[in-house]
Amino acid sequence: MTQQVMIDTRPAPSRAADRTLYLLGLAALLAAPFFVYPLFLAKVLCYCLFACAFNLLLGSVGLLSFGHAAFFGGAAYVTGHALKEWGLPFEFAAILGTAAATFLGFVFGYVSIRRQGLYFAMITLALAQMIYFLAFQLPFTHAEDGLTAIPRGKVLGLFDLNNLYVLYYTAAAVFLIGYVLIMRITHSTFGQILKAIRENQPRMISLGYRVNNYKLVAFVLSAGLAGLAGATKTMVVQLASTVDVHWATSGDVILMALLGGVGTLFGPVVGGVIVEMLQFYLADSGLPIQMVIGAIFVVCILVFRRGIVGEIQRLLGR
Amino acid sequence: MSTQVLFGQLLVGLINGSFYALLALGFAIIFGLLGIINVAQGTFYMIGAFGGWMLLNYAGIGYWPALILAPLIAGVIGMALEKTLISRMYKLDHIYGLLLTYGLMMFIMGAFIWFYATAPRPYPVPPELGGGYNLGFMFLPKYRAWVVVVSVVFCFATWFVIEKTSVGRNLRAATENPMLTRAFGINVPALLTFGFGVGVALAGLAGVLAGPIKNVTPLMGGELVIVVFAIVVVGGMQSILGAIITGLSLGVLEGLTKVFYARGSDMVIFVVMVIVLLVKPAGLFGKEK
Repeated sequence: MTQQVMIDTRPAPSRAADRTLYLLGLAALLAAPFFVYPLFLAKVLCYCLFACAFNLLLGSVGLLSFGHAAFFGGAAYVTGHALKEWGLPFEFAAILGTAAATFLGFVFGYVSIRRQGLYFAMITLALAQMIYFLAFQLPFTHAEDGLTAIPRGKVLGLFDLNNLYVLYYTAAAVFLIGYVLIMRITHSTFGQILKAIRENQPRMISLGYRVNNYKLVAFVLSAGLAGLAGATKTMVVQLASTVDVHWATSGDVILMALLGGVGTLFGPVVGGVIVEMLQFYLADSGLPIQMVIGAIFVVCILVFRRGIVGEIQRLLGR
Repeated sequence: MSTQVLFGQLLVGLINGSFYALLALGFAIIFGLLGIINVAQGTFYMIGAFGGWMLLNYAGIGYWPALILAPLIAGVIGMALEKTLISRMYKLDHIYGLLLTYGLMMFIMGAFIWFYATAPRPYPVPPELGGGYNLGFMFLPKYRAWVVVVSVVFCFATWFVIEKTSVGRNLRAATENPMLTRAFGINVPALLTFGFGVGVALAGLAGVLAGPIKNVTPLMGGELVIVVFAIVVVGGMQSILGAIITGLSLGVLEGLTKVFYARGSDMVIFVVMVIVLLVKPAGLFGKEK
């Protein structure tokens, strides 16, 4: 029997303390752009949502997807195209991107979900690589150039997204919607069933649950939310490129979840902030980012498997 | 279309297929024995190629000794990593083994990019294998023929050792039931280290062979490993013979696709993988558990 490390066996946290934490977090989210450059923050929030969406799959069902860049980047391309070529407002472009990622998630999930654990990771990686090659060949993705100078337009037809504060609060709203949705899913009956499947799949099958259907729904939800993150990122940085669909992006999002804490809801947010900050500061340092990311990966896995938030929760005894 | 083009691409496909087969074979050995998905398999291919290049440029050691030395170097590095880091993963969820090798891949690749940048470095074809044969319907460079022959010989020799010799029997016993194998007095941890070394040395061998054909660059293994994943899924994860045959034939298929539908050549192996998954999820040579 292999040791399952991701199992979360803590008692339910106290509600009052949780509420205080949520309010503090919300306040920080609202106040942040007055202290840090809003454009950077907005981008970080997109990656945080991406990491949370990814973790919806790994944290709840224990499925490791190595192909989430396909959903993130796929949505980035579709949204970018809708904004630039069709001139759609951001809301509709983002919905289109999310829908595309959801559909892609269904196709990927249909092919891969019946395979267990490691197979699943390898298959999702291989499928995502197809999307990467497609990005070089389809007419609307513009190969190496990608989609550049994508206009941001207005949100809700009223507020100009070129205003950095409007931009930030739009991204923050998207993040919040996504995060609350993920939280609701995790705590719902559906989320409990997912957890039960992770803990003991044969028992769930014998209880009459169609586990593959549950896994597929979880995968599609995770893909769709990753798409929402990618769509918003395109609007924020005005760029959709092959980097978004590259396997290293799938690797980065795994690191974000791992570093923050796979068994936790808030962990991926912490991991997302750290990884994005690292990329930002290392970009000028001359140190190769890959080497640093690789080293953090190795250290995380050897000594730090609970992640930052997981370790804090353990220390607080919750 | 000229037969020149057809046979030319067929040869390219066969060469790529040889590399796929060597990498997939090593991958299958490591997975079967250790239960580890070695994402760094492509990195050891790169280490093999760079090993050859470094031996030549820093020590003046030519192709023929490098053909033995570079895979040995890759194997020793692999065994050191297995002993110090990877062996800690056996008791954990299998996912961590995959993530650890991914981290190692990023680290090693990043380190090579730091020291050598990404510009391709040429490696000369050994003079004994320069030139080629005119077969009438095509020109066959000697070196390319050599690569295919060596790869196929090594693949089947490895298969033979695993399936027909006592060393192979121990390896297979350790794969099937490590506890019982230990009870028979066989040093299983040492066998695992050895198996990992052999697996990555095969990738290293592919790397040295690839040096004169493809240019040596730190980026050369990154994408390759994903193709190897697809090949192993098609062949069936535990199947040694499946890895060899699938590797070679999908390489050829990729070459043929270049002739008939060039735009699809990057993707054809993945398309085959999807079809196989839908029709025979355990892989062509795999057994459903």
